[in-house]
Amino acid sequence: MWHILKYIARRGRVTEPPPEPLEGAHRAAHAIHADLLAILGRALAIRHVDAGSCNGCDLEINALNNPYYNIEGLGIRFVASPRHADMLLVTGPVSRHMEVALRRTYDATPAPKLVVAVGDCGCSGGIFGESYASCGGVANVIPVDVTVPGCPPPPAEILAGILAAVQARPPIGAGEAASADFEPGFN
Amino acid sequence: MEFFGLDCRFDRLDAPLPIFGARVHAAQWSALALAVAEARGRLVSLWGSDERATGDGFAVSAAYATADGLLWAKLGLDAAKPAYPDISRFFPAAIRMQRAARDLVGIEAEDAADDRPWLRHGAWPADYFPLRIGNTGQEHFEPQADAYPFVLVDGDGVHEIAVGPVHAGTIEPGHFRFSVVGEKVLRLEERLGYKHKGIERRFMGMDTDEGARLAGRVSGDSTVAYAWAYAMATESLAGVKAPQRAAWLRALLLERERVANHLGDLGALGNDAAFGFALAQFSRLREDWLRLNRECFGHRLLMDCVRPGGVARDLDADACVKLRRQVTAIAREVAELKDIYDEHAGLQDRLVTTGRVTPELAQRLGLTGLAGRASGQTADLRADFPWPPYDGLAVTACTHRNGDVAARVAMRFEECFASLRMIDALVAGLPGGAVHEPVLVVRDGVGAGWIEGWRGEVFVALETNAQGRIARCHCHDPSWQNWPVLEHAIIGNIVPDFPLINKSFNLSYSGQDL
Repeated sequence: MWHILKYIARRGRVTEPPPEPLEGAHRAAHAIHADLLAILGRALAIRHVDAGSCNGCDLEINALNNPYYNIEGLGIRFVASPRHADMLLVTGPVSRHMEVALRRTYDATPAPKLVVAVGDCGCSGGIFGESYASCGGVANVIPVDVTVPGCPPPPAEILAGILAAVQARPPIGAGEAASADFEPGFN
Repeated sequence: MEFFGLDCRFDRLDAPLPIFGARVHAAQWSALALAVAEARGRLVSLWGSDERATGDGFAVSAAYATADGLLWAKLGLDAAKPAYPDISRFFPAAIRMQRAARDLVGIEAEDAADDRPWLRHGAWPADYFPLRIGNTGQEHFEPQADAYPFVLVDGDGVHEIAVGPVHAGTIEPGHFRFSVVGEKVLRLEERLGYKHKGIERRFMGMDTDEGARLAGRVSGDSTVAYAWAYAMATESLAGVKAPQRAAWLRALLLERERVANHLGDLGALGNDAAFGFALAQFSRLREDWLRLNRECFGHRLLMDCVRPGGVARDLDADACVKLRRQVTAIAREVAELKDIYDEHAGLQDRLVTTGRVTPELAQRLGLTGLAGRASGQTADLRADFPWPPYDGLAVTACTHRNGDVAARVAMRFEECFASLRMIDALVAGLPGGAVHEPVLVVRDGVGAGWIEGWRGEVFVALETNAQGRIARCHCHDPSWQNWPVLEHAIIGNIVPDFPLINKSFNLSYSGQDL
């Protein structure tokens, strides 16, 4: 135990400031925290769905959990079920064999829900395109709010895409009167 | 050359590793399988192709690893009734490959015991074969009913747990059907193919440069291994040799890919045994590693760095200094973390004896690569057939005999140290010269590449057509061999240990689903 504590103490904290969702300077983690609370009223829960990727994008999503990006420190966490999720993070072209599973995952996610398509394949089908085995981009199967291009996009860009999707959503309360108006965009 | 006393001449391909090809007839096909099995050789891959465009009907190919090198045997099949003798009697790993060859090309293994589809679920009908000439691959069918007959386990108190294809973590999709009593697993049956996205069809008609990009995306975690195997195939096809400096840079990239994956896995394995400290520290080291990849090679995962004829960019002196400095720093940190792993009784308790594959079982089922070496199978192409620059690095394969999760963890630590040593030697002795040699288009050519990736041996077989474009490109992932063995590794273990055992193999879904 002493050895472990010593190792931790010597390395210190390596967490970096998070990226800006759109343009501009870096913001402090507490500002993102405050945004998430204003918009969602709670921490952001993400369910990742690999719909047919080469696993490159999945490696970069995994990297968001490392101490440099420290995504949980921002109030964002990956959850094990779509029923617990506010957002689906989808990678890969959607293979025809994953089409039904992706639709069911989407249906199981409570509304209002956000979908971020990650990687060139998620955006357009990428190098795999559309074929007897591939439906192409994620938007061909479920509605997509934000796309993050790249092959694969680095973790900071994926995080920026996640934050952009959250910010595009009206704060809690704002949609109450007009829920019928904005809901279709998130269904 | 002749092998095993068979009356058929194998020609050596122009590759840096000993790779031989021959056309065989049906009797030789079976005799070769038997001879390789008796000599304790391995089945590397099996695949089919449609050669009716050149008037040859269909063909089935098998690649075997023997003490003399890789033997690629191709058997021509009748265009009206394409069938070939089953080889799964000698090599159990052939079962899924034969089922996949039927799904994609429509060639049958005669009297095969398991005739269920493998890569085809409900996306296309049973009488459509995407790799047949005449089909474009752009056909679209209404989804069919998908009723896969899993093997049923019966008995008092036996129940099933169905998991996937969407899993609970950030991992790839696949379906696992556990038959359990209480917590104890009696049987696991895997069903894969969810990620099948038509890669082999996509290759057909591409030019060989375009193909390199696709080959590098068969399995993203092994992009360097695939890109190098593919580049070796194009070079052997064209009779071109990559410059010496390029070969050294390729090995540098391959070893960096190995270390990146081992660092990631070591952290994840600790985490799956509830040791969160390990994930935090190893993922930090992996991030340091990937950031320097981007700085020196332009890509965090090293995609598209290896290309036919050489590598995409050169390394300057400044980058060499940084690479060597990092090797020293990471080696020190990993050594310290290894001490922590070794001393941690609670962690070792979860790892030792969990998910055991004995050397006998590993040999019988054809377990390969890193997992194979953890179960006493000594094969490592870098040590067995050291091609440049490995011939100057004195590589010895790391091996263990316990075959449990602890052995696969120990393998990763040892290979990490060995690769770090190699990276330092490669950078220190980097020869001068060009890093790329043009590769000419060759019509009706045949080439092959064979590389020891971090997971195991990656094999690429490449054939061009009369226009010099790709007629057939088959990419083989070692996961084909190892997935079936995972079904055995879990038997008798408890369900909560499955993530740990699965991670200790860390197999590719994408690489086998194609």
